Amino acid sequence: MKVEATNPAVEFHDLTVSYDKKPVLWNIDMTLPQGALIGIVGPNGAGKSTLIKAAMGLLPLGSGYVRLFNQSLDEVRHRVSYVPQRESVDWDFPTSVLDVVLMGRYGKLGLFRRPSNTDKEIAMNCLKKVGMEAFTKRQISQLSGGQQQRVFLARALAQEADIYFMDEPFAGVDAATESALLGILQGLAKEGKTVVVVHHDLQSAAEFFDWIVLLNLRLVACGPIKDVFTNKLLQDTYGGKLTVLAEVGELVKNREIPSREKY
Amino acid sequence: MELFFEFFSFQDASIISVVIGSILLTSSSAVVGTFTFLKKKALLGDAVAHAVLPGICLAFILSGTKNPLILIIGAFITGWLSLITIDFIGSRTKLKEDTAIALVLSVFFGVGILMLTSIQHSGNAAQTGLDSFLFGNAAALIGTDLIVFAFVSLVLFGVVSLLFKEMKILAFDPSFAQVIGLPVKTLELVLTSITVLAVVTGIQAVGVVLMAAMLITPAAAARFWTQNVLHMTLIAGVLGAFSGLAGAFVSYSAPTMPTGPWIVMVISIIALISFFLAPKRGILSRNLQQRSLRHLIMDENLLKELYHIGEKDNTPFKERSIAAIMRERFFPEGQLKSGLIRLKRKGFLVNKDGRWKFTQLGYEKGQRMVKLHRLWELYLSEYLKIAPDHVHEDAETIEHVITPELEARLEKMLAFPETDPHEKKIPY
Ligand SMILES: Nc1ncnc2c1ncn2[C@@H]1O[C@H](COP(=O)(O)OP(=O)(O)OP(=O)(O)O)[C@@H](O)[C@H]1O
Ligand SMILES: [Mg+2]
Repeated sequence: MKVEATNPAVEFHDLTVSYDKKPVLWNIDMTLPQGALIGIVGPNGAGKSTLIKAAMGLLPLGSGYVRLFNQSLDEVRHRVSYVPQRESVDWDFPTSVLDVVLMGRYGKLGLFRRPSNTDKEIAMNCLKKVGMEAFTKRQISQLSGGQQQRVFLARALAQEADIYFMDEPFAGVDAATESALLGILQGLAKEGKTVVVVHHDLQSAAEFFDWIVLLNLRLVACGPIKDVFTNKLLQDTYGGKLTVLAEVGELVKNREIPSREKY
Repeated sequence: MELFFEFFSFQDASIISVVIGSILLTSSSAVVGTFTFLKKKALLGDAVAHAVLPGICLAFILSGTKNPLILIIGAFITGWLSLITIDFIGSRTKLKEDTAIALVLSVFFGVGILMLTSIQHSGNAAQTGLDSFLFGNAAALIGTDLIVFAFVSLVLFGVVSLLFKEMKILAFDPSFAQVIGLPVKTLELVLTSITVLAVVTGIQAVGVVLMAAMLITPAAAARFWTQNVLHMTLIAGVLGAFSGLAGAFVSYSAPTMPTGPWIVMVISIIALISFFLAPKRGILSRNLQQRSLRHLIMDENLLKELYHIGEKDNTPFKERSIAAIMRERFFPEGQLKSGLIRLKRKGFLVNKDGRWKFTQLGYEKGQRMVKLHRLWELYLSEYLKIAPDHVHEDAETIEHVITPELEARLEKMLAFPETDPHEKKIPY
C-alpha cells in the first residue's frame, strides 16, 4: 500500500542505509506531502531514527537519495528543522533553557553574529507555545524528561522552518501536554508547513496525523491515514517480525559484502 | 618573603615579561581547554600534549636553532599527526578510542624522548634548555620567545571570542549544528587546531608531561562555580592566569626549578578547593544542606512528640524529662539533646532542671506538625485509597516538606476534617 503525494515536500528515492555494513533500511522509496502532519510509526529498532537521521544528512547513505522541496538538503538547510531524540545530548551541560532555545536561531544568524533582542523574543514566544515560559532561566540539568523534550521542541519552533523532522518529541511527555503540543504541530501544518514526527502512540496518531508512514526495516505502507491505518497493515508492521530481512542483514554484515554494488 | 615582595613589585623588566608570558599562556590554554573539557576530550588533549615533543625535537634537528616559531610549527605538525592517527586507528580497526589514544600517546612520546636524548648527547651547544619543554620553564619567556608565544595566545583568545556561540553548540549538540547548516566540519577543524595550538604554546610554561592538566583542570574547577558556559570559560581563564602567575614566581625564586609541576599543583589545589567549597555543587555545601535538613527533621519530630505527650495527659505546657520523651519515641540520646538545645535557642522550648517545656511558639509549631501528619494520612487514604495502616510511614517524611500553600489546599480539599484515619483528632 503506497500513495504518492501530489505536491511532495520530501522524496525518499530507493534509500538504503547501513550501520557497519549491516543494512537497517531497505529500499525506502516514498514521497511525503507538503502542509501535512506526518507520522512515522513502527516497532523499536524499525529504523525510524535512522530514517530521520538519513534525511538530515547525519548518516552516510548506502544508496539512493533524499530530496526536500525538490532540492538537495544543502540547498534548503535554512528551511529545515530537527528535533533529535532527547538522549542525544548531555543535559548536564552548563547552560540555561533560553540559551538552548536560542540555538534554534543560530542557523539564521550565521557565523560570528550574536543573537539579537528579536531572536530572544522569538525564543521566548516559542517557550510560551510549549508551556515552558516559567523555566526560561532554569538550568537544563534541572528539567524533567518531558520538560527537556519541550525545550527541544521550542528550539525547533524557533528555527521558523518550512519542514520539521522530530524524533519521538513526546517521549516522556504526559498525555495532556502531548495533545496540546500535537495541536500546535497541527497548526503548523495548517499554515502549510510540513511536520514529520516519529511517534509511538497509535491512538493519538490516529487522532492527529494526516499521513502515516509504516516502517519496519522496509517501507510497509505510506499514505493518507484512512488508507494506511488498517488492522492488516498494522499487523504487518508490528506483528510477525520481519525475521528474514534481519537475518539477511546479519549475513551481509558477516561476509562484508557491500550492501549495494557500486557499478 | 623578601623574594616575594621583590617579585611582586615588578621592578625588573624580565620579571614583567615572564609574568605576562606565563599568564597569557596558561589562561589561553585554560580558555581553549574549557571546550576540550565540555566535549569530554581530555584524553585526546593528553595525547596531543605528549605528541608535540617529537615535533619540537625534529624541528630543532632540522633547523639547528631554538627559534620558537620553528619549534611551534614542528610541534603543531606532530600534534595534528597524532590526532589523525588516532582517528585513522578508530575508523579502520575495531580498537576503541581510548586504546588508540594510549597507543599513539606512548609511541609519539617515546620517539620524542629518544630524539631528545640523542640531541643532548650530540654536544650541540644550542640544545641547552630544550629539555625544559618536558616540565616547562617560564623563565625562558623573554625576548622573541615571549613575543611569539604571546601572539599565539592572543590569537587563541580571539578565535574563541569570535566563534564562542559556534563552539558552544558544537560542544552541546553537534548534529543539530550540522542540520541547521553551520559548517561543522570546519568548526571542528578550527577547534582541534586551537586545541593543538594551546598545547603547543602552553608547553613552554608547563611542559608536555603535565600539559593536559593545564588544559582540563581550570575548566573542571570552574564548572563547580557556575552553570553558564560563558562564565565558566572566563573563570577557567582567570584560574589559569593565577596558576601562571604562581609559576612565574617559582621560576623567579628558583630559576633551575621546572615550572610545570608548580603551575599544575596550584591549579589542582584550586580545583580541590572548588570541589569542597563551591556553592551548590561543592561537597561541603551539599553536606551542609543535608545536615540542615536532618536538623530540621529532628527538630520538627521532637516538637511533634512533645505535643503527643501533652495530648495524652491534656497538659501541653507541663515540663517533660528526657526519659519521658524517649518513652514516647526513641531518639539517639546525643541527637535528642542537641536537638532540644537548638529548639531552645530558636525559642520553641524552655528548660529548667533538665526538664523541657513548650513556649507558645513551640506549642503552635508542634501542633502544626501533628496536623500536617494527620492531614496527609487522611489524604492518602481518602484520595489514593491507601489502607490506613500503610499511611503512617509516608506521612512521617511528607510532613516536613509540606508548604503553607499546600497545607491550605489540603485543608480545603478535605474540608477541615475532624479526625485522621486512625480516629485521632486533627488539631487546628
Ligand atoms: N549507531 C549504530 N550502530 C549500529 N547499529 C545501529 C546504530 N544505531 C541503530 N542501529 C541499529 O539499527 C536499527 C534501527 O535503529 P533505529 O534507532 O533507527 O530504530 P528506531 O526505529 O528509532 O527504534 P526506537 O523506537 O527504539 O527508537 C536497530 O536494529 C539498531 O540496532
Ligand atoms: Mg529511535
